[in-house]
Amino acid sequence: MRLKVSHRTEYSYDEPIRYGLQRLRLWPASGPAQTMLTWALHIEGAREEVRFLDQFGNDTRLLSIDGEPHAITVVAEGEVETNDTAGVSGPHRGFAPLWLFEHPTPLTAPGTTIRDLAASVGSGGDLERLHGLMALIQQRIAYVTGTTDSRTTAEEALVKGTGVCQDHSHVFAASARLLGFPARYVSGYLMMNDTVEQVASHAWAEAYVSALGWVGFDAANGMSPDERYVRVAVGRDYREAMPIAGILIGQAQERLAVHITVEQ
Amino acid sequence: MVAFDEMLPAEAGLRRPYEAYDGWLKNQDPARLTEKMRDAERVFRKTGITFAVYGEQEASERLIPFDIVPRIISGNEWRRLTQGIEQRVQALNAFLDDIYHRQEILRAGRVPRELIATNEAFLPEMIGVRPPAGVYTHIIGVDIVRIAENEFYVLEDNARTPSGVSYMLENRETMLQLFPELFQRIKVQPVENYPQLLRQSLAAVRPNGVNGTPTIAVLTPGSFNSAYFEHAFLADQMGVQLVEGQDLRVVDGHVAMRTTEGYKRIDVLYRRVDDAYLDPMTFRPDSTLGVPGIMDVYRAGNITIANAPGTGIADDKAIYSYMPEIIEFYTGRKPILGNIPTWRCSEPDSLKYVQEHLGELVIKEVHGSGGYGMLVGPAASKKEREEFSKKLAARPSNYIAQPTLSLSTCPILTEKGLAPRHVDLRPFVLVSDRIRIVPGGLTRVALKEGSLVVNSSQGGGTKDTWVLDD
Repeated sequence: MRLKVSHRTEYSYDEPIRYGLQRLRLWPASGPAQTMLTWALHIEGAREEVRFLDQFGNDTRLLSIDGEPHAITVVAEGEVETNDTAGVSGPHRGFAPLWLFEHPTPLTAPGTTIRDLAASVGSGGDLERLHGLMALIQQRIAYVTGTTDSRTTAEEALVKGTGVCQDHSHVFAASARLLGFPARYVSGYLMMNDTVEQVASHAWAEAYVSALGWVGFDAANGMSPDERYVRVAVGRDYREAMPIAGILIGQAQERLAVHITVEQ
Repeated sequence: MVAFDEMLPAEAGLRRPYEAYDGWLKNQDPARLTEKMRDAERVFRKTGITFAVYGEQEASERLIPFDIVPRIISGNEWRRLTQGIEQRVQALNAFLDDIYHRQEILRAGRVPRELIATNEAFLPEMIGVRPPAGVYTHIIGVDIVRIAENEFYVLEDNARTPSGVSYMLENRETMLQLFPELFQRIKVQPVENYPQLLRQSLAAVRPNGVNGTPTIAVLTPGSFNSAYFEHAFLADQMGVQLVEGQDLRVVDGHVAMRTTEGYKRIDVLYRRVDDAYLDPMTFRPDSTLGVPGIMDVYRAGNITIANAPGTGIADDKAIYSYMPEIIEFYTGRKPILGNIPTWRCSEPDSLKYVQEHLGELVIKEVHGSGGYGMLVGPAASKKEREEFSKKLAARPSNYIAQPTLSLSTCPILTEKGLAPRHVDLRPFVLVSDRIRIVPGGLTRVALKEGSLVVNSSQGGGTKDTWVLDD
């Protein structure tokens, strides 16, 4: 499937900025489930300082901001050819060892609620257990925006019982690790059925299954990724894979507006 | 057990390296020496060397006591030491390169994976980074102890941000001022050029593509840091800028410092800020001591950070016990300098042994430094041992234990004349395209009679360290 993506992020400020930085992970790579056809980043109001591959192979850029601009705009857009691999995104690559994904991070540290959840996953083959886990998480966390934020931990979200795809993915990664699977967080896009406008960028989780490699699980939607998904960045949790993260020095207040379209 | 005295060992008489000094000392008027001791203290007060001691009610600034009797090492002894040190720092850098790339040593099962995986000093953000010349740890302070004529052991490898080199330099400076005639009688190898060597060494690992003289700066956490004096001193001696995080920002793809003529690019940053505080966008978000985005510039290859982030994984006390394996794995040779036998309390058999022999062992925190949080079994009271035993039982993997070594002694000048005190040695090693070791180092001395704790934070003092040009 040929997907056309446009992801526009706009930060506006109520006064000039003394100094600020934004780190972008907005450049997808080709892989078993997708081929990048065209991609471009348009940046206004900020300067690109460096571009590099991070420890997980994500194409990353650092932008700086200072002085007059009261707004910066980042538009990532392009076309990606996707195919349905039943969620399989292939063998592990790069220097980051698989064992790194076996251990919790601050956002995915399990508490008693996650431990209980992982313990309640039935027996069976690897994929069966992981699908079981995904179904449990979908039942336990209702998709409700505004009840969690970027600092909410997996444990907090599960206790609360509501959250967004970031929370589902954190809970999945944390639980899968307890079950003995290396697990990671994936940020990207999903073309929701019957709509071009998407409310947000998407996230899901991947678990490493010996026979298959990395396999995706979108617990927010209760399914493995198919040809409607575009993967952009990976990490052990949101903080390591987030599309845009910044730091602002000074008193200016920041307002954020995101506009995403994914269409065929 | 009688400790080996480096000047007057029991039954053997005066050792050769001390002959010339002893000849001079015999002709000195004791009253003049006492006067010199007071002079030394005045010199130190004037130069402003103080040391903040943590963990006391008031974080007081105080002088580290200086003893005017030098610790003397022959040229031959030194050559052997340097071979061992060079082998060790090569292995340390090879280990770091491996750990942040293919991890062959873990695949080979020579170091347990869990030791790295659960270690906070291992920084995933360093995975795949190969700094210029393949050097990760540029400045190393290897702590060495001696227990007999030919027995030297490495106590720890300080591969993160070792301090103390300013004392080495000031100690020599003070001795030259107090006893100029001594240095005419006895040929002592110079240490005074350390700042120039440091500068050359840092310049040699500038980022690829930087032509001409690179710009070097020293990053300090600020004047409240216990080693601030040293940061300022080294910057001054090298003739480079001393900067704080707030002076720096990312400009044109580089880390740059604010100057009167605008921002100036930094090529090599000698940082004395710990990893966790280095970049709030990457590590602790609440840090105000670091430089946001410096890790991005680093991964892009536009700055050299010395020492590299994540080098702590090589000098962790739990990793230390594997150093013989690490040296053999990367150099293909047996270690020239020995390791002290170490019990890892994370292993049940070792823990049992340690609990049963608390009175004989030294027990240290795996991540501790500066002599804090340790138990010296033979010197501890029954109550102290019992309390420590509980801590050990609660978190075994937090501790390692080593035998109480009878560190060599060296005389210090007391009111009653010369008296032996235990010493260790921290030579400073510079690694770039080559390895440079300044002949000497910092000799730390336990001033209390019988004490084995040489840390300045625990009442230790220092001595000038002479390597003879013989």
